[in-house]
This record gives sequence, structure tokens and C-alpha cells, in this order.
Amino acid sequence: MKLTDKEQEMLAGKAGPAVKWAMEHQLQVGRMFDAEDMVTVSQAHMMADPESLGESGVQFTEKIAEDGARVCIPMITDPRGVDLAWYEPLGQTEQMADLERRFIAACQTMGIMMTNTCINYQTIMPPVFGDHVAFGDTGVVIYSNSVCGARSNFEGGPSALAAGLTGRTPRYGLHLDEKRQATKRYVVSSNPQDLMEWGVLGATIGRMSGSYWEVPVIEGIEEAPTSDQLKHFGAAMASYGSTPLFHIVGITPECRKLTDVGGKMLNPTPVTEEMLDVLKQPFTAIGDPLDVVVFAAPQLSLVEMAELANLCDGRQRAETTDVLVCTSAQVYSDAVSMGYVKQIENFGGRVLVGTCFYQQYAREIGEANGWTRLLSNSAKIVNIVGGYGYQPALGTMQACVASAEKGVILS
Amino acid sequence: MTIKLTCHAGIGPKVEGIALVADDNFSARYDLDRIKGVFSRPQHKLFGQSYKDVILVLNTAKGGVATAWMLYEMTSRLVAPKAILLNQANTILVQGAALANMAMVDRFDKGDVTKLIETGDHLVVDPQAGQVDVNSLNR
Repeated sequence: MKLTDKEQEMLAGKAGPAVKWAMEHQLQVGRMFDAEDMVTVSQAHMMADPESLGESGVQFTEKIAEDGARVCIPMITDPRGVDLAWYEPLGQTEQMADLERRFIAACQTMGIMMTNTCINYQTIMPPVFGDHVAFGDTGVVIYSNSVCGARSNFEGGPSALAAGLTGRTPRYGLHLDEKRQATKRYVVSSNPQDLMEWGVLGATIGRMSGSYWEVPVIEGIEEAPTSDQLKHFGAAMASYGSTPLFHIVGITPECRKLTDVGGKMLNPTPVTEEMLDVLKQPFTAIGDPLDVVVFAAPQLSLVEMAELANLCDGRQRAETTDVLVCTSAQVYSDAVSMGYVKQIENFGGRVLVGTCFYQQYAREIGEANGWTRLLSNSAKIVNIVGGYGYQPALGTMQACVASAEKGVILS
Repeated sequence: MTIKLTCHAGIGPKVEGIALVADDNFSARYDLDRIKGVFSRPQHKLFGQSYKDVILVLNTAKGGVATAWMLYEMTSRLVAPKAILLNQANTILVQGAALANMAMVDRFDKGDVTKLIETGDHLVVDPQAGQVDVNSLNR
């Protein structure tokens, strides 16, 4: 790879051992993907929950911080794994909380802003068209690439940290024009309305698309979806397909026309109602006793919090069914002042701040609370938690609230 | 009989071991019980099987970014595969392999690696050379 004089100095250790590690890491990754050089990035966003990090990952981060590392661009964080204001009742241990505290301290030493959110594009500073960034969290990346027109690969925690330290990332994948052209073409015949249905559509396309290196272009979406709808659409697509970018003809900024992304040459694949039903079928469990309802993945926006609070108002969850809601600190404070948190709590729900359910030691908290049957309106979360020992089911937000009230899955 | 497969140059040290193969995708978060060292997702084709010290041969990645940290965490506890061979890696798997110093290669010249290698084959993986030697008792 061609390196500038400044990058050569970083590699030689002139900016300290942490930056030297970061450059070495980035060169390893860049070479595997045939990157020719580095590209400067304006922001970094790091996913790092303590379950993923473990003791070794926390020690690694502490060592980087002790080596004098300081980020040189704005760097923010994905949801935490422990809500330090409420973890014992969730069945999380002091050891888990301590890992979290140590990681936070190391990040703060390096100048990282602990935003703890996977909806930074709704709440912090959305990237702009053409903006090269180094974002973690697949939902963040796919939204930023597709809806904002920014340019990011999936940057795992170590690589996002490296980008924060060097201010650049290897120029490969979605930083290149040619990798952003469509490779698969899908035609949608009906437009979803509910967030869950948007997630199912995204999941269906992601599963068919099937690889990080495929770029779906979608025809047939007639009206501009909302930010929350595209949030669930993209997060589910990324979850099922490892997909980092989609185009919607006439909607997303790089695809005013099908020809803008090379879509005319691709054979169209219809996305049928039957395909959507096939995706939903494994997550159908009408009549089953319900252990926990989860609203998360991605964290809820203020608009989702308002909708949920409205549904919860004047009702009460069943004693046998817990209700968890994950949102960001930025949304939470507004949701408190507007009364939404109170309405959800009066229903018997618990709002967790700066976390996301599947990143919170999902296996351990499930065992601690006796949760097996889980219901959510997130197509992403039901795809994830099966490996953690849950039997996940999928329903609309309305169905989730009604099911929590009755203690059984209603639809 | 030894078959030599060539692939794109990869990451990590030269290793040898026994193959565990499936035409399926991979995520450390979605698919594994990392404490027990087994595939725990019921829908995965390797459900219930141990991944410790084997060479995983799979199609591509699925899902999220957690695997980048998790490969490092798994390696630190010595409950990890020796190497991962893929038809096509995604960025997260490569980033994780780089941090964990785990052998990883992809893009095989002769096509679908999950068809070229069988479970139980003895493999020698040389990421820098972009070469995998396959010793099979069945061929």
C-alpha cells in the first residue's frame, strides 16, 4: 500500500506505540482487500460491549490507553452491555459491570465520547453525502451508506479504534465508487407500513443478497419511508445478509434512477408476499406463554418511544411477562421530559439507557430471569438471539404490547 | 493424496489441523456458545459441534461486527478454531483475524471451498503464500 510521509511516521512508531499498532492493523486488513492507499475519515464509531470484549479485549484497550493513545477525530461508541444504573435486577454480575467500568475508563482516557448508541445517525451527527467515515454496528453502517450517502465499511471494534487513532482507514470496499454499484436487483410489489414489516422486507432481501460484497437495488418503493422505517429495513438486511449498502430507486441519494447504480443490466427478482411469509414463519408462536418482550435493535428513536408509550398508556403487563425497552441517553432525556418513560414504566416496562438487549450478555440474563420465549418487533433481534438459547417470535409493536398485557403471544 | 489449493493471500500464521466444513455462513455472536466452544444456533449446519482447534471451512460471514472482538477473546482463552477458510470473507472477519493473529484465507481459485474440502481432511494453511494443502483419506 502507498503511504504518505505522515502514515510512514505513524508506522515507524513516531506517534507512539498505540498509533503504530493501529497502522499495522490497518495495513494487514488493507492488504487482504487489495487497498492501494488510505483515506482520511471524519468520524469513528466503535462497537465494543463487554461480552464481546471479554477480559482480554478490555485489557487490550486498557493497554492502548496506557500507551498514551488519544483519538485524533471525533469518536463515539455503540451501545454498552451493562446499564450501570440497573444491572443487578437484570441478572448481570458485578464482574460484568466491572469490565464495563474499566472499558469506559479506558475509552475516556483516549478522548472517546461515550455516546453508547446505534442510532447516532438520528441523534448525534449524521454523516453527509460522500463523507468517508469508520463506523461500527452494521445498522449504523448500512443506514449511513444507503440513506446518507456516506462511505464506510463495517469497521469492527478494533478497526474503528485504529481509525480513531490514525484518522484514516484503508481505501477498499465501500470507499470505492465501483463497489457501490448494484449487483442484485429486487422488485417489491407492496409497500410495508409497520416497522416490523419493514424489517421483514429488509431481512428477506438481505438473506437473498447473501454477502457483504453484494449491493441490492430495490424498485417499487413508492413513497419516501421514514427514518425509523429505513432504520429497521437496513438493520435487518445487514443482520441477515451482512449487507452494508442498499439503493432504493428514487429514494436513496445515489440512485435517482436505476441506471445511476448500474441496475438496468441486472435481472430483476420479485420479492413476493410468500417470501415475506417464509421469513416470518419460524418466528410465529401464537398462543405460547410469553417470558419477555423486547423493544431494541436498533435503539428506539423518540418517535418510537412516543408510539410505544401511547400503546402502553392505561394498560398493565402480565406479571409473568417482562418488558424491556432500549434507547439512547440522548433520546431518554427527552422521553422522560415528555412523559413517555413514565407511561412505559406504568405499564410495567423497564427502559434501559445506552444499551441494547442482545449486547447485554443475552444468554446469562436469559438464564437468570428464566426467559426463553421472547417477542420483539425487531427482525434483527429475532435473528440474533436464537444462538443465545431463546425461542424468538416476531410481532408488530401493537401485538407486542397486547401480548405482554395478556402474557401470551396473540399474533 | 495431497491437493494444493491456491487462494488470495490472507492473514495470520501458517497452521495445520483437521477441517470442519459446512456450506453455511458464520458469526461468532449469532452462531456460537463461546463458553462451551460449540455451535449453538439450532439452524446452523454445524449445530452442536465443537469448533475448538479445528480449521473451519465455511461460505461467508453473516450479521454483525462483534466477531471482530470475539475472535480475539476466543483465542485468548484457547477456545478457538486454528484457522477459518471462507469463499469470501467480510471486513469484520478479517479485522478480527488480524487482531487475534488467527489464520484466515478466502477467494479460492478452484471455486467453492466448502466443496473442495471435506470434514476430517487434514489441512496445512499458509496465509502468506495463499495456499492450502489438503490431505484426504477419502480421495
